[in-house]
Amino acid sequence: MKIVKRLLSLGLLLAFVPTPALASSLVVDLSSNQIEITTNFTGTNLLLFGAIDRKGDVVVVVRGPLRPEVVRRKERVAGIWINRVAVTFEAVPGYNFVASSRPLDQIASEETLRRLQIGSERLHLQPVGPANKALASTFRKGLIDLKKRKALYSGKPGKVLIRSEKLFRADLKFPSNVPTGSYTAEIYHFSDGKAVSVSRTKLSVQKAGVEAAIYNYAHDHSAIYGIVAILIALFAGWLGGVVFRKA
Amino acid sequence: MDLYFPIAEMSINVLLLLALGGGVGILSGMFGVGGGFLMTPLLIFIGVPPAVAVGTEANQVVAASVSGALAHWRRGNVDFKMGFILLIGGFFGSTFGVWIFTKLRALGYIDIVISLCFVTFLGIVGGLMVAEGARSWLRSRSSKPVSTKKLHQHTWLHGLPFKMRFRRSKLYISALLPLSIGVFVGILSAIMGVGGGFIMVPAMIYLLGMPTSVVVGTSLFQIIFVTANVTFLQSVNNQTVDVLLALVLVISSVIGAQFGTAFGSKLKSEQLRALLGILVLAVGCKVGFDLIVTPAHLFSFAVTGGH
Repeated sequence: MKIVKRLLSLGLLLAFVPTPALASSLVVDLSSNQIEITTNFTGTNLLLFGAIDRKGDVVVVVRGPLRPEVVRRKERVAGIWINRVAVTFEAVPGYNFVASSRPLDQIASEETLRRLQIGSERLHLQPVGPANKALASTFRKGLIDLKKRKALYSGKPGKVLIRSEKLFRADLKFPSNVPTGSYTAEIYHFSDGKAVSVSRTKLSVQKAGVEAAIYNYAHDHSAIYGIVAILIALFAGWLGGVVFRKA
Repeated sequence: MDLYFPIAEMSINVLLLLALGGGVGILSGMFGVGGGFLMTPLLIFIGVPPAVAVGTEANQVVAASVSGALAHWRRGNVDFKMGFILLIGGFFGSTFGVWIFTKLRALGYIDIVISLCFVTFLGIVGGLMVAEGARSWLRSRSSKPVSTKKLHQHTWLHGLPFKMRFRRSKLYISALLPLSIGVFVGILSAIMGVGGGFIMVPAMIYLLGMPTSVVVGTSLFQIIFVTANVTFLQSVNNQTVDVLLALVLVISSVIGAQFGTAFGSKLKSEQLRALLGILVLAVGCKVGFDLIVTPAHLFSFAVTGGH
């Protein structure tokens, strides 16, 4: 029985790894799995490093947090610019960072890149509900362009440096406006245009310290937050008045 | 030196904020105004999301009006009965205003409505101030005697029911008048993040016929409660009050106001009014210009559902 089970599981394994001879071992680690946004946060870099066991290219994609986003377009109405049309997309990454050891088009085919959603233009963004195809495509492009301008999406990929065809490293840049939430870093090892190995690692961006306390309180206890905000203002105003009078 | 503000969700240079708060503080000390109508557009100019600018300014105006109201109260320049009627109206108006605000925000129209309100009211008030300043300057040059007016004219407004006696203001008028002024200014206060003194004060003088001595104190007294209501409701409905940002602005504006009062006493009042009018017009023009000029980004995005 045991042998049959083993053979079965081996068969299953072979079925899921069609080209076992090609599979490489990919080892990756991050300098930290957590980014804390504190009072003096102006953006940060994480170091991603690892090793590949053979010649090839490395592509790093950091993506997160996935949330529905409404995209609005301004139109001129009676001389002024007003938000008119809106399209909501499902599961839009708030942040999308790409780094590669060579230009992407030299690493893999457009089709492969599109399937793996490597590169901001290749993100699969689906409009919620039935939407006009042409409109959805325009809005999708508009959203990606805007996020690129806000440094939330990579335009030109960042650099992955490979040393002696084995060790690699990449700087992952997070701007000051990086949204909070959970992120996934995907590391692909490409060889001859094929992804021979992939590794995934989670990381999170969170507000910390006073920032986190204020933000969480504002959302979880908004009534008390409002009252405290008023009390602080009343006290500050009274104090200012007292200092004023003595000055 | 940059500080990250948790509700605005952005880093802002603290020196820039202190300069803005101090500058508006100097002006509010010079002219005896709350400064919300200048601070909110300035915050929007430096990139603070308009909804956060409005919520946070309401909080700052609470602090600014407390110190002002206390000073007037000590001199006995507050008509509490009138203030109370105004603030009942203001309470309903601001509650309704925050409700409108929340609806417009969900629809994506709040930024444009905030801007349109500022263009309209900064334009009207600034224009009137400049005109008034110019007129009194011309009058003082020609040195003609100023015609003395009656305390107030009797119009159809005085035929309204629910008459009440306001001893401190020496008035016997319908309570509906201050009530409706309160409602109107309350709505504006919620949508624009201002105390509304720049509308309340002329309304009290010209519509109610209150003596100028009690106008500012009474206006400040009711602004405390109306902006406190706005702060509370914006916190509960929209989570757009940034206490850290408000605190930085309060500290800088309180200090600025000290210098402003000293400057203000050295200038003539008509000069002051014309100066403030020009400034108000300039800010209004900038807001209006931003509405008309083709924006750099036609698209905008917002995360929907949850926070």
